[in-house]
Amino acid sequence: MRNMKSDKTLRLFLGWVLMFCFFLPIQARAGEKKEFNASEMIFGHIGDSYEWHFTDIGDTPVAIPLPIIVYSQVRGEWFLFSSKMVEEGEEYQGFYIAEEGDYSGKVVEKDDSGKEVRPLDISLTKNAVALWINCLLLIALILWCARWYKNKDVSSEAPKGIVGLMEMMISMVYNDIIKANIPVHVHRYAGYLLCAFFFIFFNNLIGLIPGSANITGNIAVTLVLACFTFLMVNLFANGEYWKEIFWADVPWWMKPVMAIVEFLGVFTKPIALMIRLFANIMAGHAALLALISVIFITFSISSVLGSAMTPLTVFFCIFLDCLELLVAFIQAYVFTMLSAVFIGMSIPQHHHE
Amino acid sequence: MFLLTPDSGLIFWMLLAFGVVFFVLAKWGWPVITQMIDSRKLYIDESLQSAREANEKLAKVQEETALMLKQAQEQQSKILAEAMEMRNQIVEKAKTEATTEGQKLLKEAKEQIEKEKESAIRDIRRQVGLLSVEIAEKVLRQNLKTDKDQMAMVDRMLDEIIVDNK
Repeated sequence: MRNMKSDKTLRLFLGWVLMFCFFLPIQARAGEKKEFNASEMIFGHIGDSYEWHFTDIGDTPVAIPLPIIVYSQVRGEWFLFSSKMVEEGEEYQGFYIAEEGDYSGKVVEKDDSGKEVRPLDISLTKNAVALWINCLLLIALILWCARWYKNKDVSSEAPKGIVGLMEMMISMVYNDIIKANIPVHVHRYAGYLLCAFFFIFFNNLIGLIPGSANITGNIAVTLVLACFTFLMVNLFANGEYWKEIFWADVPWWMKPVMAIVEFLGVFTKPIALMIRLFANIMAGHAALLALISVIFITFSISSVLGSAMTPLTVFFCIFLDCLELLVAFIQAYVFTMLSAVFIGMSIPQHHHE
Repeated sequence: MFLLTPDSGLIFWMLLAFGVVFFVLAKWGWPVITQMIDSRKLYIDESLQSAREANEKLAKVQEETALMLKQAQEQQSKILAEAMEMRNQIVEKAKTEATTEGQKLLKEAKEQIEKEKESAIRDIRRQVGLLSVEIAEKVLRQNLKTDKDQMAMVDRMLDEIIVDNK
């Protein structure tokens, strides 16, 4: 009985998807003026930009212009203007967005010799704005949860709802990742590791919402996170850790080799963290966008092929979205777990007597 | 590859944003929650421990109660048995006492009766003696009415005495 019901629901759902798919080509063709460029679309979505572009309705782009903040080393002064001033190749006070070359897509100016140079650029780009929004949301969420505990003591009931969910996740990170790997000084590291986990997880999840920015899939973001881990590992490391690096417990002729290898390891560990997170999230977004491009590419070949491919593509998109939800958690977990493991290794507690 | 080149502007904003998140949450966010998680864990552990102890105590108490109950029952049956025995003893004693008392009484009564009897017999004897003396007197008076009779009597008696003294 239940099977039949769910079967019916499924069929209804598929019917709707198919109907939607048949209407789609009309819509797509109505807006289709210029050639669809998949790689441009994908990299446009993955990368950063000076404006927050959502979609195009016909030929009109729906985008929020964002502030550009640059310090011109040529002229020696700061400039603040809207990204609207430099859109579509326009020039504003000597600044324009480079179309090609090393600085393609970035705000550049020309120096005295006419060479293209990049000013010091701390523009609030799409990623920077989304980053701030997500960070403020995260702060608000956690502080809101923390507020719940204000007038409570141990004997009061465990929280329910959002606070309960957050407490479950926090205690998961705190007990299973942090305490399990770090034997001493837990409180010195708990703040950072919890921040890292929830920052990554939160940004991963929000990154999956269409129209949002790809923050954790940006190498600048993961670079900073990896640097924090690097500092946390090495700043508080104890003597035994450094001894194990430079004077490992191996035959004497191995010692210099091991010292070099271990010393390189100090840097490769955070670099691996940086690349892993960035690559996973970026690749997930790229794969999703590539799948969506399939619809447009097949329709540009023939509408029959497009109609045939679309249900399959939509199915794969749903599948990939679910997978990305999983990846969003796993990558946050892995980053935090490895950071905790590295920190735990940096404060060994007398392995040998 | 522009994807692999970290943009300095974004690094700056990321440092700032993550620094703010780190600072705010490490100061006002996580400690509150993790402390509560820790203390609640401790509290739960302690509660479990005390519950276990209470259970053990309860079991011990129950055991003790059962033991006490058993002991009380034993005591009760013992007391009952003792009481029964004592009753029997008392009854027995009372019986024997009653018997001896009865016998004593009986004996005393017999003795009394004997005494009475003896005194009565003595009385009767005295009476009989008196009566016989009186009767003898009367008989004698009858027999010794005449002097002849009296002389005969004296003679006879004297003969008898002489005979007796020979």
